Amino acid sequence: MLVFLARRFAFFVLALVVSSVLIFSLIRIAGGNVAAVMLGKGASPQAIDELMAELGLDRPLPVQYFDWVAGMLRGDLGTSFRTGEPVTDLLVDRLPVSVPLALAGLALALLVAVPVGTYAATKAGTPTGAFVATLSQVGIAIPVFWAGVLLSLFFGVKLGWLPTGGWTPWTVSVTGAIRSLVLPMVALGMVMAATLTRYTRTAVLDVMNEDYVRTARASGMTKRAALFRVGVRNASLPLVTVVGLLAAELIGGTVIIEEVFSLPGLARMILSAVSAREVIVVQSTVMVIVAFVLVVNLVVDILYGVLDPRVRVTR
Amino acid sequence: MTELVLDVRDLVVRRDDLVAVRGVSLQVRAGQRVGVVGESGAGKSLTALAIMGLLQPGWRAEGQVLHDGVDLTKISDKAFSSRRGRTLSMVFQDPLSALNPTQRIGAQITGVLRRHTRVSRDEARRQALDLLVQMRLPRPEQMLRAYPHELSGGQRQRVMIAIALACYPQLIIADEPTTALDVTVQKQVLRLLDGAVKERGCALLMITHDLPVVAAMCDYVLVMYGGRVVEEGPVATVFRTPRHPYTKGLLESQPTLDNIGLDGTGRLPSIRGSVPPLHAMPSGCAFRTRCDRADGRCETVPVLEGTESRAACWHPVSVATPAGAR
Repeated sequence: MLVFLARRFAFFVLALVVSSVLIFSLIRIAGGNVAAVMLGKGASPQAIDELMAELGLDRPLPVQYFDWVAGMLRGDLGTSFRTGEPVTDLLVDRLPVSVPLALAGLALALLVAVPVGTYAATKAGTPTGAFVATLSQVGIAIPVFWAGVLLSLFFGVKLGWLPTGGWTPWTVSVTGAIRSLVLPMVALGMVMAATLTRYTRTAVLDVMNEDYVRTARASGMTKRAALFRVGVRNASLPLVTVVGLLAAELIGGTVIIEEVFSLPGLARMILSAVSAREVIVVQSTVMVIVAFVLVVNLVVDILYGVLDPRVRVTR
Repeated sequence: MTELVLDVRDLVVRRDDLVAVRGVSLQVRAGQRVGVVGESGAGKSLTALAIMGLLQPGWRAEGQVLHDGVDLTKISDKAFSSRRGRTLSMVFQDPLSALNPTQRIGAQITGVLRRHTRVSRDEARRQALDLLVQMRLPRPEQMLRAYPHELSGGQRQRVMIAIALACYPQLIIADEPTTALDVTVQKQVLRLLDGAVKERGCALLMITHDLPVVAAMCDYVLVMYGGRVVEEGPVATVFRTPRHPYTKGLLESQPTLDNIGLDGTGRLPSIRGSVPPLHAMPSGCAFRTRCDRADGRCETVPVLEGTESRAACWHPVSVATPAGAR
């Protein structure tokens, strides 16, 4: 198990390094110039060069890269060129919006998908099962933004139960913050739940067809016990993997849903930073997101090792 | 006569119009060892699964399966579950896939004990250890903590047998228990199964296509073809003087040192053709399309007849003809 953990962790660190290089290079390949944007259209090339030098953007790329990485290792994500605000502060402002949204969305998705998927598996081949399967198929086809707009129209505009968008900070009102998160969370969660339901159904069906389920039944487990103690437990292996893969999709969904509900989250921050060519803000924020996805996948893999004894030896 | 532990009457197993088992009756008495032989597709395994109530969804069993005073086809899943593993249990063919890969061996054995008996955790563990020792598994203490993938095929099958034996059942159904194992391991496993069954006095229903296994382990044999029992009787009688042409063909197609022809000249006799698929099973005697003796009469289903052994054939092999003669 220790060897497994060490290997997995080494892979995690390697992935972090590779993605930092990629993020750093991609933004530079994308072009654009923060100094030109800051100084406006009529700025002389000379003024732009001077500002570039002031911001340290004229230095050789490897120097800039290592400077950035060294800063991050110290916990310094850099400073916005335009406002002079540290990126860390910018993030701290945005995370209370994005993190609860993403986590609650995922939690909702799992809470819906695991029971519904398991139920659909037990009803496979019956009209009820086909109905649930079709419903989740339709769910997969619904884009997150459309679900968001529909929910907002119905619960926000028509019924007036919840805000159609906008944000009440946690510090102002906790219930207000929760109220502004409910609809985006449901939109995000339901669409992901549809995908996860399909996976759960397939995973449970696969496991229930295994010989060892028959052995469990032959040694006296009731159908129910075999479904929950053997079926769902062993089906959680493939599911954990899917959740890891969905982490990236989750972030993408969050970006879209934050736009739909005009929430001041990470997504909007990145979008505005990109259009302003705020290199350091984009690069550090994206790095934080990538690190988050990698951490999720690390946790997933460790969990996998705990759940499935075979993984510990083979990988 | 000793008491019956299993009395199957007119068992039919079907999936919609597809009938795989067509009225099988068989009895197993306390401590008796009954073999069921036949080629794949004869309906042996479905018969076993139907007895255990573990048919795949879509398959249905009709008829009666009397065991321990109840008709197993009529009781609820809960009532049936309280018997599976306790009064009747089953050993499956493929030990590689029949054990839960995410559960330790110890937990899989104590699971069945704790499900059916009121033993403490420690007592269950002690009994599991005893079972592993009895099954001659090396380092039993460590084995309790091992996962199935850490064991060899033969070891896993011995664990399967330990699980089946754990609660001293009246009857064990073994479905091709050694087919997936190496020849050398087969013998060990069979010997262990044999010893354990004898020691506990439980009855055995052995399903196999391996005639020597039946000859070595069983008292009574049923030969199945096309979902029906075509011949049955004491092993010695059926194997020495087979009366159904199918039984005779099966016995003759067994390789022996005489007929394999070590010099390369011998030809192993075989039954011509192959088992027809379920949907194309001939009416009447299912074997008639492969039988040299078949005529118009064989289009009517023959019944099992005879005194010492019984065969379902209109033109049985004459008792005077020694097996092996053509």
